[in-house]
Amino acid sequence: MEHFRNPRNVGEIPDADGVGTVGNPVCGDMMTIYIKVEDDKIADIKFKTFGCGAAVATSSMVTELAKGRTLEEAMKITRADVAQELGGLPPIKMHCSNLAADALHSAIEDYKKKEK
Amino acid sequence: MKRIYMDYQAGSPVDPRVVEAMAPYFGAAFGNPSSTHVFGQEAKAAVEEARAKIASMIGAERKEDIVFTSGGTESNNLALVGAAQRNKEKGNAIVSSSIEHISILNICKYLSRLGFETRQVPVDNQGLVDPITIERMITDKTILVSVMYANGEIGTIEPIADIGRITHAHGALFHVDAVAAAGRVPIDVEKENIDLLSISSNDIYGPKGVGALYVRKEARIRPIIMGGGQERGLRSGTENVPGIVGMGKAAEIAVQEMSNESAQLARLRDKLRTKIPEHIPHSYVNGHPTRRLPNNLSVRFSYIEGESLVLSLDMEGIAVSSGSACSSKTLEVSHVLRAIGLKHEEAHGSLLFSLGRWNTEVEVDEVLRLLPEIVRRLRRMSPLTPKELQV
Repeated sequence: MEHFRNPRNVGEIPDADGVGTVGNPVCGDMMTIYIKVEDDKIADIKFKTFGCGAAVATSSMVTELAKGRTLEEAMKITRADVAQELGGLPPIKMHCSNLAADALHSAIEDYKKKEK
Repeated sequence: MKRIYMDYQAGSPVDPRVVEAMAPYFGAAFGNPSSTHVFGQEAKAAVEEARAKIASMIGAERKEDIVFTSGGTESNNLALVGAAQRNKEKGNAIVSSSIEHISILNICKYLSRLGFETRQVPVDNQGLVDPITIERMITDKTILVSVMYANGEIGTIEPIADIGRITHAHGALFHVDAVAAAGRVPIDVEKENIDLLSISSNDIYGPKGVGALYVRKEARIRPIIMGGGQERGLRSGTENVPGIVGMGKAAEIAVQEMSNESAQLARLRDKLRTKIPEHIPHSYVNGHPTRRLPNNLSVRFSYIEGESLVLSLDMEGIAVSSGSACSSKTLEVSHVLRAIGLKHEEAHGSLLFSLGRWNTEVEVDEVLRLLPEIVRRLRRMSPLTPKELQV
């Protein structure tokens, strides 16, 4: 609930190095994650979410977990990690944490594609 | 922090006068209405008195036409399954609407697995059922039409008398789910051509776990709960005497107070209805502008999601509900909002205020004070919000 009350890292990065969007408004859950990469590490990360309380909380948490990590470490962050850091999620909400981890990975993939 | 409850359609307190009326039947007058001795007879008298009060609330001529059940859902089950099974020699088709309560829709699914043909007429974008579309869907195999008196999610009140007239002209039975409407708007089963009518106790400030089905004497249905033959054989099981007494008292209060209370609730609802779009851009009211329940307001807010709205309001002590997928047990968006033509993303951003007996103007003002910033905060977080709304 704390991450819903006071989400961290809300916003956009206009000149982001990588952007990942998952979900869609039809489903009721959509997240976009923006990353800035320096020395192979996530120097800055921001998110925007359209979704329920768990969607906001898991997006916030995933940005906290990923900030400052290397890209390799960040790619290894799973939905279970996000749920665990939040102190557990009800089973019906687990799909929200899945989206958060996916959005992060998608942003990293986007950065790697742009690098090539 | 003061708590404000605006989700009466989900659950409501029992009126203290009802609790008082029920109390003796837990202790001193605990008898079984079927017993011959005085303990039984005093319980039976109380049940019959409650029966008469409920008949009076809905304009039923004979109190014996009221059957007590465990609530609105059971009443709907008894009406549809009972009528279908009893009349299947005459036909196997059932017509209802796309905005019925989930219980009606799921009962229809069950009946269609048994071989009945169930179909739903669409509604217009204000949630109105057109009697002509009902007429077009009726065939010589139609034995039952079921349309709700008013929809508890968008508030729209249906043209019941006309639908009833058409149904009877084609020789079918007419069932009306009046759970959301009873006690809020006047109902007359005679004038409105109704054969079967479902009501729920908690929706009229009685206890949960009790309801009733009005079954017109000439309407033939079968019971779905078999046993000792109580309630003219239509609903076996020892009666929930305190619950029934409570429901009767609630009906009596509703008859006395409905007119004033509905006017008062309509005023509060209209304050929300006009002020919300005034103070919050891209917000829209769902349902019919005038033919609506006095206590109900469904609004949608672009670019944000309903459950996060409900949680944000809950953090401020305000209780409401939403039609979004994430706020439902089935993870599906409200079928009612989809039936009136809303796109998924529009339906996800919906909020339902259902007001009740103890809401005040002070509470409405507090909601109006807090809601704009709550919406702004969620819009700041949303990837869908256009630049000009990002404040």
